[in-house]
Amino acid sequence: MSDSPTVPTASAVPTAPTVPRAGWHVATVSRTRRETPSAARLELDVDGWPGNAAGQHLDVRLTAEDGYTATRSYSIASSGDGSRVVLAVDELPDGEVSPFLVEAVRAGDMLEVHGPLGAFFVWRPEANGGAARPVQLIAGGSGIVPLFAMAQAHANADDPTPFRMLYAVRTPDDVYFADELAALSAAQAPFRLDFVYSRRAPDGWSAPPGRITREQLEAAVIPAADRPVVFVCGSTGFVERVASWLIELGHDPRDIRTERFGGT
Amino acid sequence: MSFITRGFTGRGRERDDRLPPGQTLVGDFPVLSAGPTPDIDTADWEFTIRTESGAQHSWNWDQLMALPIEDVTTDIHCVTHWSKLGTGWRGVALDTLFEGVDTDYAYTMAHSYGGYTTNVPLDDLLDGKAWIAFEFDGEPLDPEHGGPARLLVPHLYFWKSAKWVRGLVMMEDDEPGFWEQNGYHLRGDPWKEERYW
Repeated sequence: MSDSPTVPTASAVPTAPTVPRAGWHVATVSRTRRETPSAARLELDVDGWPGNAAGQHLDVRLTAEDGYTATRSYSIASSGDGSRVVLAVDELPDGEVSPFLVEAVRAGDMLEVHGPLGAFFVWRPEANGGAARPVQLIAGGSGIVPLFAMAQAHANADDPTPFRMLYAVRTPDDVYFADELAALSAAQAPFRLDFVYSRRAPDGWSAPPGRITREQLEAAVIPAADRPVVFVCGSTGFVERVASWLIELGHDPRDIRTERFGGT
Repeated sequence: MSFITRGFTGRGRERDDRLPPGQTLVGDFPVLSAGPTPDIDTADWEFTIRTESGAQHSWNWDQLMALPIEDVTTDIHCVTHWSKLGTGWRGVALDTLFEGVDTDYAYTMAHSYGGYTTNVPLDDLLDGKAWIAFEFDGEPLDPEHGGPARLLVPHLYFWKSAKWVRGLVMMEDDEPGFWEQNGYHLRGDPWKEERYW
């Protein structure tokens, strides 16, 4: 494409189907729990929420007594038509909003949220208009959140599409949705899960802990020949590394969708 | 409908007047991309403006570098709520590139290597408001930030500053590009918080 003399008139990138309109809503925290040593799970009941697709995100706006506000985006760990929305928030050491959400928020609190947002980093079951193509999910750390939503939506729909997830995580204690992921592996919808541990692996694990390698990636993802849609979510360094290896392994760049962490 | 969040005090009390509503100052340079970072050699790079008559105005890398290059210091604001103030860029003004372009159309679609698009009104590109930028902080622009060259339209949210830009197609009507079809606002003025639609 780089040597083409003309500018294309149509985008080579697929466009999204219509999505529910985003708007501001009042969310009531129905439940909180510790997810990992550094993260919390927040279950929200969002008044007027139009439902959301797996992979979408929302904005949370906090307001102090003097009117000062802080807004951040968070991926949604749940999907579907209901008003229940699940977040899993990693506490960033120098953060302003995430420490509040992880440490201070409790059941009964109210938060302002804006969403659902994003229509590209989204997976839909085949029965709900999605494409019948294998799906490869690749998560780095808390990048698991929108990918877990996709895997759960896949299981909920008994979708026959092959799903595979590669989850790169520091230690076994840092795994989000550990019980739910184990249940997904046992569910009827085809789902296979591989872990790569960067700091500490479980006892008896086959590979020493370390940053993911291209060989590990190649061994744990659906081959390019099967034309999977690949969703990658994590830090910018993780996403850049993984996405460039995927292209080297023959995946079409247009089949690779990425999402990265932003600020704090 | 805004209400006080129980127990939230926040910390950034000394609010900088240069920060649009809902934005937070960051020290690093976060990345917003929908797909992999394309690998573009400046030897293959080309930038083209195409008008309603079919006329094409193209520049290769050396031709771009031969044009007047401007130093730009500006604030940038991402739709994902971060801003950076006083960032330093070098690039060629769109005014320079449009000097020989004859068009009656008022809108453009910016196209990028990799296939992504974003729509920008022509008024937002002219009169010293936009550049094809190829240096950030005195260094060649990193590929993950849009190198070798990106559109720089700093008075709009930063997704309008198309990374890996390869051309502009003049449009009669304002039509949504890739980012806008996926939920981002048609224009994206950070001072009006035109994030989503």
